[in-house]
Amino acid sequence: MSSFDENNKERLRSVSVDLNNDASLLIDIPDALCERDKVKFTVHTKTTLSSFQKPEFSVPRQHEDFIWLHDTLVETEDYAGLIIPPAPPKPDFESPREKMHKLGEGEATMTKEEYTKMKQELEAEYLAVFKKTVQVHEVFLQRLSSHPVLSKDRNFQIFLEYDQDLSVRRKNAKEMFGGFFKNMVKSADEVLIAGVKEVDDFFEQEKTFLLDYFSKIKEATAKAEKMTRSHKNIADDYIRLSATLNSLSAEESTNYYIIKFCLKLFQNFLRVCLKKVEGRVASDEELKLTELLRYYMRDIQAAKDLLYRRARALADYENSNKALDKARLKGKDVSQAEEHQKRCLQKFDTLSESGKKELTNFKARRVVAFRKNLVEMAELEVKHAKNNMTLLQGCIELLSGN
Amino acid sequence: MFVHLSAFYSYRSLPFCRFFLQIEEEEGGDSFDIHISVSDPEKVGDGMNAYMAYKVTTKTSVALFRQRDFSVKRRFSDFLGLHSKLASKYLHIGYIVPPAPEKSIVGMTKVKVGKEDQSSNEFVERRRSALERYDEGQATAMLSSYKHLKLKLILLPRAVNTQALSSAGILRMVNKAAEAVNKMTIKMNESDAWFEEKQQHFENLDAQLRKLHASVECLVCHRKELSVNTAQFAKSAAMLGNSEDHTALSRALSQLAEVEEKIDQLHQDQANADFYLFSELLGDYVRLISAVKGVFDQRMKTWQKWQDSQMLLQKKREAEAKLQFTNKPDKLQQTKDEIKELEGRVQQGERDFEQISKTIRKEVSRFEKDRVKDFKMSIVKYLESLVQTQQQLIKYWEAFLPEAKAIS
Repeated sequence: MSSFDENNKERLRSVSVDLNNDASLLIDIPDALCERDKVKFTVHTKTTLSSFQKPEFSVPRQHEDFIWLHDTLVETEDYAGLIIPPAPPKPDFESPREKMHKLGEGEATMTKEEYTKMKQELEAEYLAVFKKTVQVHEVFLQRLSSHPVLSKDRNFQIFLEYDQDLSVRRKNAKEMFGGFFKNMVKSADEVLIAGVKEVDDFFEQEKTFLLDYFSKIKEATAKAEKMTRSHKNIADDYIRLSATLNSLSAEESTNYYIIKFCLKLFQNFLRVCLKKVEGRVASDEELKLTELLRYYMRDIQAAKDLLYRRARALADYENSNKALDKARLKGKDVSQAEEHQKRCLQKFDTLSESGKKELTNFKARRVVAFRKNLVEMAELEVKHAKNNMTLLQGCIELLSGN
Repeated sequence: MFVHLSAFYSYRSLPFCRFFLQIEEEEGGDSFDIHISVSDPEKVGDGMNAYMAYKVTTKTSVALFRQRDFSVKRRFSDFLGLHSKLASKYLHIGYIVPPAPEKSIVGMTKVKVGKEDQSSNEFVERRRSALERYDEGQATAMLSSYKHLKLKLILLPRAVNTQALSSAGILRMVNKAAEAVNKMTIKMNESDAWFEEKQQHFENLDAQLRKLHASVECLVCHRKELSVNTAQFAKSAAMLGNSEDHTALSRALSQLAEVEEKIDQLHQDQANADFYLFSELLGDYVRLISAVKGVFDQRMKTWQKWQDSQMLLQKKREAEAKLQFTNKPDKLQQTKDEIKELEGRVQQGERDFEQISKTIRKEVSRFEKDRVKDFKMSIVKYLESLVQTQQQLIKYWEAFLPEAKAIS
């Protein structure tokens, strides 16, 4: 249906910032195709690493492949101490599709003008959703490629390189892991994290901070989305207004004045709302804010997952201690219990160490990303307002000078 | 004593409240300038007998008035009374009398009972601005068409007894409205293409204006929603800023919350402008077009009256002819008398019809010139309000930018 090529795509700035300026593995999604519900992404890799067979290659991938990759990473024990980048959300064309449906039903009640305009508007919205989903999938891969440990993951390599359909491999993997870890995480993370007695100040602070921040950012995301929706409604109103003004001006009337000023008014509104439409597709300010908040909400969830895993490791360690004590009392299987305890401790220590590094990096990354996006947003707001002002003033001059 | 909300002061001082009209008389080329404003709503009395009195201030150079600058206190029913007087005198001969501002029982009761909340303040402001627009409309109408004593009626400093809208008065107005609704079933042989064309034109204009009005009402509603959502977001951003442990980012987020709060106020102001400058304007013009249509209908009624008398005359003549062959001298004379009377009536009917047609032509062309100019000026005011909003936005975001850049 709709395709998306290099020329078309505006280099949307991503919400995530790469702190690693490493060019040994460069990934992007230059192309994507949308068929009904399914989106096919073309994942393009350029690399200097010898672990890959070719220096440059592309493969087609579906959304489910990305989810598979994310899940396998989460379930890998070795990565328990890392913040796994959040999985990209499923492409959601529900909203524009529903609106398109409603538009089709209401076609009879509108003028041709209005209908065409609204249709254009909807197509633009559709395109925006499309661009957003491509970006979000791209960011996921780029975060993996910039991570010192995750970039070397075997499954990641397969994802990038395997030139056949991944769905077969995906099925096997699912059978192996059975979504074990994921289920556990979903059920009791907050309680566990909160309940475990923390020995380390750093983690204590992080825990308090992340739990609180998560709820706040979730709230802020929801409110930002509401704000964006209101802006969209207003833009739709402008479209309807301009359509009506157009009909007014098309009125066959002997009254010269009415026509003239209506036409001008129409032109004004049209241009102002066209700008709004363009703005939405390419670089809408509010949308940026919403995207930023939404992305970091998911990222903080990933950080919380790390804390959860560490808490579980601590719980395991404490249990192993108890088991060791019991074994010593009984005098049975002591060496086994000692081994187990040592392993638990080791696991916990590695987790803590890498966790600390990850969380510190995370904070740095988050601060930089917020800065970048807030600055961009403010600049866009100013630019947009200045444009609108020039348009409006031009219109006022036209009308007054009549 | 009424407590004025500062938000509404900003509207009083907006240029739109101080229309400076220059109306040119078609024949003479004289220019009349008259400048009317309605201000200072004041609650007079208590309980259910209370009413709002408005100060009507006039500045004019028109010779008709003894003073150049004067003001009177009028209440809402005075305006309605004025309208009904003018309508009864002038509507049936073809003058476009601007429709009266709308009366709202609920709103008024709230004010009487002393509820000084947001909605009753809004109601008073709405009414005040409606009265002002109404007065301006009246002044234009009357100055350029008929420099009459009627003008003195409204604007003289003496308290004129146009008040007390009696129940009879209300009934008359309701009936008039009902008449208009029971659409003309009169089929007129239109000999004048001008009228047919104009009537069609006004029909279309009416439909389009109503649609426009509906769209703008939608816009007002959505902008109010946006303001509410922005305020909510501002709060959540402030909370996020509090929770943030990186100092510079925390400060920036708090700043963002402040900016959004200011923007919320901007949206509220813009919604008010959308309403007062645009939506109410359109509403007025929709009602005005109805008045214009009413005038066309009046012409049809006049024509009908003329035709009726003609038909009656015809019948009488036939009766006369019949009576010629019978021997009833009294009846014959009576019929002859009646015929004479009817002939007179027919002539008058024709004169009336021609007069109203002439008046309407003049009125419509005056309407098209002045009203359009007036409408255009109002639109310019509205656009200026939009420009103001954009200017403020630029100011706020430019102030925020260094804060955002300061994050490190």
